[in-house]
Amino acid sequence: MDITCERRGEDVVAFIRGEIDHHNAKNARDSLDSIIDESKPTTFSLDLSGVTFCDSSGLGLVMGRMRKCCSVGSVLCIQNPSSAALRILEIAGMDKILKIERGV
Amino acid sequence: MQDKVINTMKLEFTARSVNESLARSAVSAFAAQADPSIAVIADIKTVVSEAVTNSIVHGYAGVEDKSLCPIYIHCKLYESSRLVVRLKDRGCGIEDICMAMQPLFTTDTDGERSGMGFTIMQTFTDGFKVRSEPGKGTTVVLEKRLKR
Ligand SMILES: Nc1ncnc2c1ncn2[C@@H]1O[C@H](COP(=O)(O)OP(=O)(O)OP(=O)(O)O)[C@@H](O)[C@H]1O
Ligand SMILES: [Mg+2]
Repeated sequence: MDITCERRGEDVVAFIRGEIDHHNAKNARDSLDSIIDESKPTTFSLDLSGVTFCDSSGLGLVMGRMRKCCSVGSVLCIQNPSSAALRILEIAGMDKILKIERGV
Repeated sequence: MQDKVINTMKLEFTARSVNESLARSAVSAFAAQADPSIAVIADIKTVVSEAVTNSIVHGYAGVEDKSLCPIYIHCKLYESSRLVVRLKDRGCGIEDICMAMQPLFTTDTDGERSGMGFTIMQTFTDGFKVRSEPGKGTTVVLEKRLKR
């Protein structure tokens, strides 16, 4: 798995590519949290277009980052989720709680 | 007519998180013989990953010596293109299975688990059973039709 980020004015987009499982969720959590802490963006977007595999650990990762964003006053947004990511988010009803943007 | 077993696979590995991808790749490669759709392969990878992660995260929680932490997978492919996967650990077991199966129920204290693993296993399979005995371990049996 690989994470990169891009600043867009007050906002930050983090791109996650590859497989999200329990084995690599811990590293993802640490990198995303340090990006959030350092940039304190207005909107923190997670671009999941490059996610090729996702299980409940990915769900935990997104839910945890939602709380993290809340704690620093940022809003979490999901961008361009792949079908692997979206079907897991939908099972937990996260698509109804979170803003999901497509085609951005 | 009896549904005959046409192929089997057994896998035993140590409960290390690096083996989560090994387990789902091996089972999906075994299932691929029956030429299932990409969507069915994705379902199999996900449910195997859920069960193996549960054994590592919950079953063997707190066990330092990983050599004492085996995970066993037994796959059977039937003539009717039914895949049955049994995943077993010798971990702490589950006190109340009914409660554990509830969506969003988790005993995780770290705040990074959603409690959706069993719900995902149920949703993405055609059959799903859990047997567990506290102190002895947990067995999950997953069934998937590889062809409609
Ligand atoms: N192999 C196992 N050994 C011991 N306890 C287990 C095992 N599998 C599941 N459990 C128990 O059942 C609960 C629910 O499991 P489930 O997979 O649904 O959620 P989770 O693992 O807590 O979170 P998630 O899977 O969403 O990351 C777990 O929190 C744990 O208490
Ligand atoms: Mg789980």
